[in-house]
Amino acid sequence: MGMWLKGLTAGVALTALVVGAGGAARAQEEIRIGVVYPLTGAAASTGVELKAAAELAAAITNKEIPAPDKLLAAVGMPNLKGAKIKLIFGDHQGNPQVGATETERLITQEKVVAVMGAYFSNVTATASQAAERYGIPFMNADSSSVTLTQRNFKWFFRTTPHDDLFVTNFFTFLQDFEKKKNVRLRDIALFNENTLWGNETTRLELKLADQQEFKVVEKLHYPAKTAQMTSEVQRLKAANPAVIMQSSYLGDAILSMKTYKELGFMPQMLLANDAGFNDSEFLKTLGKDGEFVISREVWALDQADRNPLIKAVNALMLERAKVNFNGNSARAFTGMAVLADAINRAGSTSPEDIRKALAATDIGSDRIIMPWKGIRFDQSGQNELGQGIIVQVQGGQYVTVWPFDVATKDIVFPIPAWNAR
Amino acid sequence: MHIDILLQIAVSGLLIGLIYALVAIGLTLIFGVMDIVNFAHGEFLMLGMYACFWAFALWAFDPIFTLPLTALLLFGVGVAIYQTVIRRIIKAPMLSQIFATFGLMILLRGLAQFFWKPDHRLVGHSIVDGRIALGPVQFGLPQTVAALGAVLITGGLWFFLNRTRLGTALEATAIDKEAATLMGIDAQRMFALAWGIGAACAGVAGGLLSTFFPIFPEVGANFSLTAFVVVVLGGFGSIAGAFWAGIIVGLVEVAGGFFVGPEYKVAIVLSLMLLVLLVRPRGLMGKA
Repeated sequence: MGMWLKGLTAGVALTALVVGAGGAARAQEEIRIGVVYPLTGAAASTGVELKAAAELAAAITNKEIPAPDKLLAAVGMPNLKGAKIKLIFGDHQGNPQVGATETERLITQEKVVAVMGAYFSNVTATASQAAERYGIPFMNADSSSVTLTQRNFKWFFRTTPHDDLFVTNFFTFLQDFEKKKNVRLRDIALFNENTLWGNETTRLELKLADQQEFKVVEKLHYPAKTAQMTSEVQRLKAANPAVIMQSSYLGDAILSMKTYKELGFMPQMLLANDAGFNDSEFLKTLGKDGEFVISREVWALDQADRNPLIKAVNALMLERAKVNFNGNSARAFTGMAVLADAINRAGSTSPEDIRKALAATDIGSDRIIMPWKGIRFDQSGQNELGQGIIVQVQGGQYVTVWPFDVATKDIVFPIPAWNAR
Repeated sequence: MHIDILLQIAVSGLLIGLIYALVAIGLTLIFGVMDIVNFAHGEFLMLGMYACFWAFALWAFDPIFTLPLTALLLFGVGVAIYQTVIRRIIKAPMLSQIFATFGLMILLRGLAQFFWKPDHRLVGHSIVDGRIALGPVQFGLPQTVAALGAVLITGGLWFFLNRTRLGTALEATAIDKEAATLMGIDAQRMFALAWGIGAACAGVAGGLLSTFFPIFPEVGANFSLTAFVVVVLGGFGSIAGAFWAGIIVGLVEVAGGFFVGPEYKVAIVLSLMLLVLLVRPRGLMGKA
């Protein structure tokens, strides 16, 4: 299949060269790529970081900044005679409506050959719809809603893993961990907040627990705006699970930790579903009481200690944007690099050629700054080699503890009791 | 069912219930004296929390020692709001009064977000931290101190209202404004006093909570619905009613969350309130 697609791509590229299509000729000057992010509004600070990451990837591709040869983005555009990428930015302000019109503007007025965006899942949904309508490839590097790749879109590609995979990772992780440490962690409690996110997570966790023979000893939904969590924690305490899987926003994440401490309760492992537990405020407010929580993540800075490529690229980011990479910006950087690589392989700026090149993407884990097995898209446009990582708070830092081949630290297990810290 | 679980539920319910009581007492006092429902009451609590937070963050004052200052500050805020907003709408239709205090709620939240950012904050290391175990039952130290503080303040307030001249005047105004005015009591002054004390109660409750509850601009919402339930259950305007109703609500909420399920705990408390209202519309200790 891969070979066939590769052959096809090469054929298409060759044809384009032979025919001397207008696309290739124009491309020598500049390749215009649209980027839609929340550059103003509540998520503006995130949007600005995403923008900086995309610009760094473009600058590396354009050979404006020297970067390690092995890096995907460092390939440049040899097949397009060293053409330069030009990023045209659109600001969706966190609004799905604006996301769609900005994408449309980039396509119809700015004549971009591909679009990347849009961080929020709901904005990505509408923006990619506009791209689909115009037949322009849409690269999504950072939205995790499962539904995005369930729409049978032809022009939509997503490099990041989605929510289902993150939850699936919990169970894979537990089984890996059981084998490695020779322990049994089969009694689990599900402790999730009571809106769409928490309910969807519970449903998936129940299904996976059933399939993989974990025993759900307690299942709780709590109202997110609550003044006390003592009844919840007492239920958990009475059920005595080995592992608690918890989905909470920041306020309740903090309150639940306080309540665990108040009632002197801790399971052997607390497995958090990102969100509140990974918010930069979480450790700032809880300090030492936040130690040993395990959570899922998409990226962690300690990956730079493991992988010299990540260290080098992070240094470039730090120099250029005065900020370290995080899970969002690292994914945006990678998305842009994948898109640039596809355009180079297409050897053309015709949207159809780029789409075909994207579909034929097959990038190894040693060329990217993500803790993934690589990048290869399935029929729905989802990267099937992506994976999340699992981090643990150790010494006030989030350190990677799983997958074991990218881990930088051992897991502290079981969590020490409150009075033994 | 283990007896220690029951004991722990009773202790947890009692501790949080006493906090609910303190928040609700401020609300019921204002209503009792001047028949105005203050929707911004949760925001007084939020301001009290922030006062303690900033005193801690800037000068490392422990919230427990900041409490008297927090009380004074919120008393001032309550009086100022009475003088600038409430005084002008005393005779306005009830809907205008509701919208005035509702608007005040949104304004205070907005100001907090503007000046202090929407971040969640926490007082890092209060002197009250950790917990005491009495046999199998755990008493979180911050929660226990907060509950004791709530009892002391409620006791003090009761003493003030029933055993001092000024307090009796306030009570008299609450019972019958016109008769009180005829007896030479300055009703305007009493109203301002009620707002001051009401806001101070919420502020102190916020200060007590700040040792263990995250602090953010919308935190008042987590407590204001419960405060209203407590006031209705205890009987509009009744301090003693709010005190006992607070404890009942705390106990029912924690027990309901444990035995039925946390997703129903709010519904259980509201059902209890409806039930009491059906049997006894004026609440547990409300005036007929």
